[in-house]
Amino acid sequence: MIEKRVHGKLIKPYEVNADASGKVLENIKAALKKANLKDGMTISFHHHFREGDYVINLVMDEIAKMGIKNLVLFPSSLGKVHETLIEHIKSGVISEIHTSGLRGPLAEFISDGNMSKPITIRSHGGRARAIEAGEIKIDIAFLAVPRTDCMGNASGNGSKTQCGSLGYAIVDSKHADQVVLITDDLCDYPNMPRSIVQDNVDMVVVLDAIGDPEGIASGATRYTKNPKELKIAELASKVITSLEYYKDGFSFQTGSGGASLAVTRFLKDQMIKDGIKASFALGGITKPMVDLLEEGYVDCLFDVQSFDLTSTASMYRNERHYEISASEYANPSNKGCMASMLDYVILSALEIDKDFNVNVMTGSDGVIMGASGGHCDTAASAKVTIIVAPLYRGRLATVVDRVTTIITPGDSIDVLVTERGIAINPLRTDLVEKLKKANLPVVEMHELVALAKSIIGEPQPIEFDDMIVANVEYRDGSIIDSIRKRK
Amino acid sequence: MKIIKPSIAGTLDSCDIQIRIEESVDQTNTIYLKSPVEKQFGEHIRSLIQNMLDKYALEGVLVHAVDKGALDCTIKARTESAIMRAMANENSVDWSVIAHG
Repeated sequence: MIEKRVHGKLIKPYEVNADASGKVLENIKAALKKANLKDGMTISFHHHFREGDYVINLVMDEIAKMGIKNLVLFPSSLGKVHETLIEHIKSGVISEIHTSGLRGPLAEFISDGNMSKPITIRSHGGRARAIEAGEIKIDIAFLAVPRTDCMGNASGNGSKTQCGSLGYAIVDSKHADQVVLITDDLCDYPNMPRSIVQDNVDMVVVLDAIGDPEGIASGATRYTKNPKELKIAELASKVITSLEYYKDGFSFQTGSGGASLAVTRFLKDQMIKDGIKASFALGGITKPMVDLLEEGYVDCLFDVQSFDLTSTASMYRNERHYEISASEYANPSNKGCMASMLDYVILSALEIDKDFNVNVMTGSDGVIMGASGGHCDTAASAKVTIIVAPLYRGRLATVVDRVTTIITPGDSIDVLVTERGIAINPLRTDLVEKLKKANLPVVEMHELVALAKSIIGEPQPIEFDDMIVANVEYRDGSIIDSIRKRK
Repeated sequence: MKIIKPSIAGTLDSCDIQIRIEESVDQTNTIYLKSPVEKQFGEHIRSLIQNMLDKYALEGVLVHAVDKGALDCTIKARTESAIMRAMANENSVDWSVIAHG
């Protein structure tokens, strides 16, 4: 058959093959051969399995055995579990990486300048935008799916693994030239409801195990008991309820940090007192949000990523808990993402500077250790963006003169809540009076910077080499910052 | 001054520092520091520990410091505790000399 492309996408009608096995294959190697993987191709993965993912490593090991080189790795994110990729970078199998997050030994390896090409860091919305805009062409998407039928109707509720929403994978399944699903639970046709739809799927590979359930649920979330974080969360909740956007039908999102997650608990108590209900909660969905939904305090949950087992189960149990794709979630270039309807977003920060720029990517020692995630997407979109962060962690200031790496520009940030006071972006003079009136401890940003210095002292500046190890793409595709090799 | 016995003070909890002191083979003082903020505060932490050794005029000690992001007050207190234990006078503390600026 002649290769045919429509709007840049390879068209390959489904044909039942002679042995009637259809799309189902029994190992990754067979899929790689059938997909005709070649040197230099772009391959994608999703990170819904977080630290429990087996699939990226399994696929890359198989590719390395075939002797294929110079691949562009385009996962939605990477974790500590992907340490084994270091070997594939060294041997030239992988020559380029695009990701949202990077942690552990792989992050250190890249921070030390061991890749000749800088990696590209994108936000979740920015990744969806780059795919839909055709800036990135995915040749083959390898998508781990907890359950699928033989035609590729796939969902996040398998018998061996559960990850709930497949929001990041949906975008890849729609735009990749070839889509290979990898599962350990092949069920009878049809598998409904489904996240990924059969008309986008080329192959289904069935393995014994695709992920570790414990690693899938652990992710970035934790339930804090830390008094400092609880104080910050309580203050942040008061900021929300003191502003006029807090009324029946308001909407919010919380990030995955300890304090940020705890905000929902305080907010709920106040909502019950005031008899106020929210219209929707967005984002990475967690147990506190599911509780709100089930108790009737929020009308809908829009779920691009289910962080824990409660939210995973809720998506299949609760009719008003909807799965959304990364594009629906935060893509700035489509005809309106859900983030654009947010009233409040509560986000964490590794560092925030006196101009309110936020870093969630690099540690104060210059090593990559985080994830861009939906930070800059939701910060730019929401009416009020609140950063919750302690003044310092250990002996490192969170509130600093200048962030190590800009992920979210300061003009997207409205309020910083620390345990030592609340700073308001001077661009939002309208908020100052309201929060002062609410008897909240409003302070100037420079006072917080000075206070942090007085407690921890003045650090020696970190030295960087000239070599760029990572470029940070803002959600619109422009380069907002770059990360240099540490000395 | 010489120490009488090896000693230890502090824990490996976050925001603490553990100081271990023992006798050196020669007359010099050596400080080994392990810290997550080595790059930003390594020199500063070493000088705090050194100042404390000087205050007690100690000679010929090895200090093993494992820092977990402690602040100055903690570093000074843990070091001083370890020194007093090493000199076996932790139960007869002369409070008049314990004053930190």
